[in-house]
Amino acid sequence: MKRRNRIGLLLVSLFSSAAWSDSQLNLTKGVTAISNEVYDLHMLVLYICTAIGIVVFGAMFWSIIFHRKSKGAKPADFHESTKIEILWTAIPVVILIAMAVPATSTLIAMEDNSDSDITILVTGSQWKWHYKYFDQDIEYYSVLSTPREQYENHNGEPAERSEHYLLEVDKPLVIPVNKKVRFLLTSDDVIHSWWVPAFAVKQDANPGFINEAWAIVDEPGVYRGQCAELCGKDHGFMPVVVEVKSEADYQQWLNDQKQLIADAANAEAASLSSSMSKEDLMQLGESTYLAHCAACHQPTGLGIPPAFPALKGSPIATTGSIEEHINIVFNGKAGTGMQGYGKQLSLKEIAAVVTFERNAWGNDTGDLVQSADVKAVSGE
Amino acid sequence: MTTDTLENTEHHDEHHDQPTGIKRWLFTTNHKDIGTLYLWFSFIMLLIGGALAMVIRAELFQPGLQIVEPDFFNQLTTTHGLIMVFGAIMPAFTGFANWMIPMMIGAPDMALPRMNNWSFWILPFAFGILLSSFFMESGAPNFGWTFYAPLSTTYSNGSTAFFVFAVHIMGISSIMGAINVIVTIMNMRAPGMTYMKMPLFVWTFFITAYLLIAVMPVLAGVVTMLLTDTYFGTSFFDAAGGGDPVMFQHIFWFFGHPEVYIMILPAFGIVSTIIPAFARKKLFGYSSMVYATASIALLSFIVWAHHMFTTGMPLFGELFFMYCTMLIAVPTGVKVFNWVATMWKGSLSFEIPMLFSIAFVILFTIGGFSGLMLALTPVDFQYHDTYFVVAHFHYVLVTGSLFSIFAGTYYWLPKWTGHMYNQSLAHWHFWCSVISVNLLFFPMHFLGLAGMPRRIPDYALQFADFNKWVSIGGFAFGLSQLIFLAVVIKCIKGGEKAADKPWDGAQGLEWTVASPAPYHTFSTPPAIKDE
Repeated sequence: MKRRNRIGLLLVSLFSSAAWSDSQLNLTKGVTAISNEVYDLHMLVLYICTAIGIVVFGAMFWSIIFHRKSKGAKPADFHESTKIEILWTAIPVVILIAMAVPATSTLIAMEDNSDSDITILVTGSQWKWHYKYFDQDIEYYSVLSTPREQYENHNGEPAERSEHYLLEVDKPLVIPVNKKVRFLLTSDDVIHSWWVPAFAVKQDANPGFINEAWAIVDEPGVYRGQCAELCGKDHGFMPVVVEVKSEADYQQWLNDQKQLIADAANAEAASLSSSMSKEDLMQLGESTYLAHCAACHQPTGLGIPPAFPALKGSPIATTGSIEEHINIVFNGKAGTGMQGYGKQLSLKEIAAVVTFERNAWGNDTGDLVQSADVKAVSGE
Repeated sequence: MTTDTLENTEHHDEHHDQPTGIKRWLFTTNHKDIGTLYLWFSFIMLLIGGALAMVIRAELFQPGLQIVEPDFFNQLTTTHGLIMVFGAIMPAFTGFANWMIPMMIGAPDMALPRMNNWSFWILPFAFGILLSSFFMESGAPNFGWTFYAPLSTTYSNGSTAFFVFAVHIMGISSIMGAINVIVTIMNMRAPGMTYMKMPLFVWTFFITAYLLIAVMPVLAGVVTMLLTDTYFGTSFFDAAGGGDPVMFQHIFWFFGHPEVYIMILPAFGIVSTIIPAFARKKLFGYSSMVYATASIALLSFIVWAHHMFTTGMPLFGELFFMYCTMLIAVPTGVKVFNWVATMWKGSLSFEIPMLFSIAFVILFTIGGFSGLMLALTPVDFQYHDTYFVVAHFHYVLVTGSLFSIFAGTYYWLPKWTGHMYNQSLAHWHFWCSVISVNLLFFPMHFLGLAGMPRRIPDYALQFADFNKWVSIGGFAFGLSQLIFLAVVIKCIKGGEKAADKPWDGAQGLEWTVASPAPYHTFSTPPAIKDE
């Protein structure tokens, strides 16, 4: 209700600057020195524009009120003045210089990527982010964790939504506080843009090229942003979440991650020598499919042709060879939106998802795929 | 300037046979008929583009996916942009050029009337191709109206070929229209009408036509590269083959930035015609207006990369494009100051064209302010690709270009139809539009600053309140345009007889001919006298 009143007020006073000072309406100050400078610059320009607006629109409304024909105003005769033209060319130039000076110094500071403490490679792909810590052997994907049923409510039933709806991920990027963290950005497919408003960092992730950005964050906390460059169907569903930890917590997190990676490697090795039952494969396959495949191929397996083909009844998932099926899932298909999942999923998960695809939606091939089969195709 | 009017208004073209019915419009070479065709076409496109926008706003009315799938949402935003830019705004201005330029410079018609016919009649095919892709397996283009590679090449949904050929046809049409404007203005001015005596309206269209000729071939080039990248194995924009996706953006915006001035300079011309008429005072600083228009046009070629600050440009590049972009504020400011100075100590009255022109000056200036904010590279990192940008360009293109088109239509409608329109209905149109358009676009500034990216079909919960209001504004603004349709149709069908010069302060040769303007005007050039 409070917000509504505020909007009503805004409509009446479109040009008043008072409404802008409310932080909910305004740009974030953020949590880095740079983001504070950017905020100050934003406010400076906003105030200058508001002042110019008051003068120009003031003069205009003065005319509108007092120089009316209905009030008997007689038109004056003047229609040119070189002096005035020069004056109102020169004054804006001076104002612009006053804006350009702080903008230039902030920009130079922003573009200084040198002397970083930590470097993280950020790779965008449709529609998730991948983070790789240099010198740490840690890398993982970060995927939207809002459940599909919260946003897919075509049936009109209002969904119960989580607090950070569409701005939450399974594994956030973790960085330490007060360290210069350099981000190297690239993409596996189309152009994405990695944006964290609180850091004033927005940088495109271009396929085949690497961009740089950096941040020194002052306060621990969780900061949320989104992909900012249209990158296809689920552009709106690839948030960026960064968790900033104290130095000690960060070290602890690094150790935990290394332990997790070691455990995963052991589990992977173990899965090679064991085989799973069809029931287990189908169960794991379905959950993996829904998490990683359903965005394009749809929960129904019908896809969104022609960009995202159907799997139901598809030769690849029925009559075709199992090896080729695994190959496509593992390595992706060049020239299409199908990315390789070899790096994203465990052997067991790939085995399960291939089994699932070959047996779900009436594709009843009866084929079972085990981790060892995937290993054989991947050739590693 | 004044003129002899005696022989001009006569109808003495018996040697032309005038076909009737559909043939009149298909085969017409008459600048007034072609202008009318352009204007109706652009209005139909406005309604189609507007309908797409209303589906977008319906989806964004509340969080969650209610009405459309994300992929179809992208098709809607893409075609909405393409149709509004190439189908609504640009053809509307070409319509004005056709109707008014010959009448303003005392010429009997456009210089190249047959080409004129062709440049209009290929347009419906271009948009037919574009819109037909909605009904195909691929769906319509879904990569944004800016069609960044490789989303529009390797990762496209298969609509790229339709899109490319549609854009080619639109481009050919625009280039032919521009050639016609330039040749007409250079060769067919009435004796005594020197360049610096031309109405400012004519000047702005003249300069715009040069911009079109300069950049439309660049657009044609970039869409062709897109086509060969998609279907013929080239790698202009693919790093794997030695290309660069960012090069696409450089080429596109080298077209794209002058393009936005193509859509606003004619608006300046229309408003610069209307404000003096209702201030009953000559346009302040005519020659500085001409120079400012030319400066804006020249600067438009060296600012394109301000759309690309986040692509990873070197510092020097960012500084250069920031400074050049800020510089555009100077000639644009001169224009706004001149309009205010024209109103200053005038004898103002507030007929519909003037109301739209005043709204134009205020709301376009707000769009200019946000443009200046966007020019500053460090802050642009925060604004870029958010709703702040959406607010900015809609202020410039809707309350700017579109409002000037409304203003111009209300100004010349009596001349075109011979009738006065229904004033109270037109007032309804103005007030409904001006209120709803601000409800529609002003809160978008807040959404962008709070962090809502553009082109998303669903959003985080903190954006929900404003989006609801924006959607309500959108529906209201869309429906308000039906009032405009009603005003125009009523005016064509009948109404109070319009005088030859219905606005007492109006200047220019077009008011020396009868209302409605005879089928052929100025078969004998009028004499232009110095004041």
